[in-house]
Amino acid sequence: MSMMDAQRLREFARPDRVFDFMAPARSPVDVRHGPILYLEDVSVSFDGFKAIDDLNLTIDDGELRCIIGPNGAGKTTMMDIITGKTRPDRGQAWFGSRHNLLQMDEPQIANLGIGRKFQKPTVFEALSVSANLELAMAGDRRVWKTLLARLDHEGRERIDEVLETIALSAERDRLAGVLSHGQKQWLEIGMLLMQRPRLLLVDEPVAGMTEPEMHRTADLMTRLAGQQSVVVVEHDMGFVRSIARTVTVLHQGSVLAEGSMDEVANDPRVIDVYLGGDDDPADTREEG
Amino acid sequence: MSLATMFKRNSLLDERSTWVTSVVLVVGMLAVVVLHALPPDHAWHLNGSVVSLLGKYLTYMLLALAVDLIWGYLGILSLGHGAFFALGGYAMGLYLTAQDAPLEGWQSAMAHFPVAALGVVLAPGLLALVFGWLAFRSRVTGVYFSIITQALTFALMLAFNRNEMGMGGSTGLTRFDELLGFSLSSESMTVALFVASGVAVLLAFWGCKALTRSRLGRVCMATRDAEARVRFIGYRVEHVKLAVFVLSAMIAGIAGALYVPQVGIINPSTFAPLFSIEVVVWVALGGRATLYGALLGALVVNYLKTVLTGVMPDAWLFLLGGLFVVVTMFLPQGVAGLMAHLRRRREVAT
Repeated sequence: MSMMDAQRLREFARPDRVFDFMAPARSPVDVRHGPILYLEDVSVSFDGFKAIDDLNLTIDDGELRCIIGPNGAGKTTMMDIITGKTRPDRGQAWFGSRHNLLQMDEPQIANLGIGRKFQKPTVFEALSVSANLELAMAGDRRVWKTLLARLDHEGRERIDEVLETIALSAERDRLAGVLSHGQKQWLEIGMLLMQRPRLLLVDEPVAGMTEPEMHRTADLMTRLAGQQSVVVVEHDMGFVRSIARTVTVLHQGSVLAEGSMDEVANDPRVIDVYLGGDDDPADTREEG
Repeated sequence: MSLATMFKRNSLLDERSTWVTSVVLVVGMLAVVVLHALPPDHAWHLNGSVVSLLGKYLTYMLLALAVDLIWGYLGILSLGHGAFFALGGYAMGLYLTAQDAPLEGWQSAMAHFPVAALGVVLAPGLLALVFGWLAFRSRVTGVYFSIITQALTFALMLAFNRNEMGMGGSTGLTRFDELLGFSLSSESMTVALFVASGVAVLLAFWGCKALTRSRLGRVCMATRDAEARVRFIGYRVEHVKLAVFVLSAMIAGIAGALYVPQVGIINPSTFAPLFSIEVVVWVALGGRATLYGALLGALVVNYLKTVLTGVMPDAWLFLLGGLFVVVTMFLPQGVAGLMAHLRRRREVAT
């Protein structure tokens, strides 16, 4: 990462005004009791295959949590349940202590403040970079309001700010479809930021990124946590190690282990199922 | 903010294609009116039947615009838009019939022009609302949606074929005399209907352009390309689809209402699945998601149809099918896409 970038990022993340546009002013989420996300005994099966099996997971407000696990461990299904795409067969899912996620659909959950980044970068390729951010900007989503919506000064500034954070200022008028893979990943993260989420679900943010881009992403993720809760699903052990405070290991649809990276990495059960008996998880980037 | 400022802000005429299309439409319309006004023995005189034919093309162009709005920008392929066109046509047909002899029951209300005009947009609008609500709420998309729109228009064709419907059975509604107290057979009426159709096309074109350039229009394109993503950033995709689908159906209804007095008949064949598919071919040939492509496609294909059905009636369907295959394989963006491609190449060359 160049000096310029580091400086810009530091500037952007000044403690007094870190992501003020994401301030939880509008959010009615009740986190007085601590957890912002609470999953209890969640199970779901597809054609007899138990994708999620008695999953219990609690994410505290402002926490940065990494979730790892072999393919098929249920990571993406878990995100589908949290964001309303998949309904579990059993169990409970709460956002704060007031909102029952199982009674809401995707737009409701999104407007409540859960943002999601897909595994495969999904941006609107036929629209410009800035239009992508504009659509994601928090605001009235009703049809008539959207028809008449115009980009005000505040909105324009916010787009500029996010463009700078994701280092795409120079590409603002280009079509999102022509961006590189890494840039699309960043644009999608930028779209999440525009949504002012309380909880960010990030599925494999560094897939296809170069080393410097990965460092930048790690930096951004760490800074985002604290302002909002961040859940990162990632295969890249180096990346997880660089950002992780608490790591949850999923295996066959339920939690196998939870703790700091070192605790988890030394847990014999984890070594057994996930790391396949290899000695150091940091060396297993190619796995999964 | 009001609709008026929205129109202004989107600065309708800043895009070259919008400019060119508007100018071509206006100049073309004026030319037709002027040429028609020339003395009948003049070499360039256009007679009433030609004006009427061109007016019919205009209503087809309006229908194509409606299809492009949802297919090009929202990715909803409706193979049943002829149904909305026909419903608008039947509403107008009832009004015209009622000028001759009073109708019975609820149809008697259609003798009043304001009621009929309301029926022209409400009948297709309500059908689209109910049908769209059921379909989009259940997330019926892609080819499944296309198939049920075919079923819809086919079902309506069977229903309107029955005499019990009170819609003239298989003959449909015909033998119209008067519209708003003026005789339909007069030359000035022919010109008036032509101009009304042209103005309707122009207004709908501008309206659709403004819509597609608004934030809602961008949400539409985003939905077309990545529907799940749009949901996860918090838009109610089904509401967006429903609103635009209903609007499109209403435009199709207006097109049908303008079509009927110019052609002089509306019958169940307008509900035929084949007609709706033909409309899609016009749009595909002209080029999707450009609006002017739809206008162009409708005009060109229908002109070809008029010429060819006169010369070799049996060859027309083969040609239509052939055109569709060629466009799908070699011109996925239609003629509009081809023109844009050539323009880019010229710019690169210079």
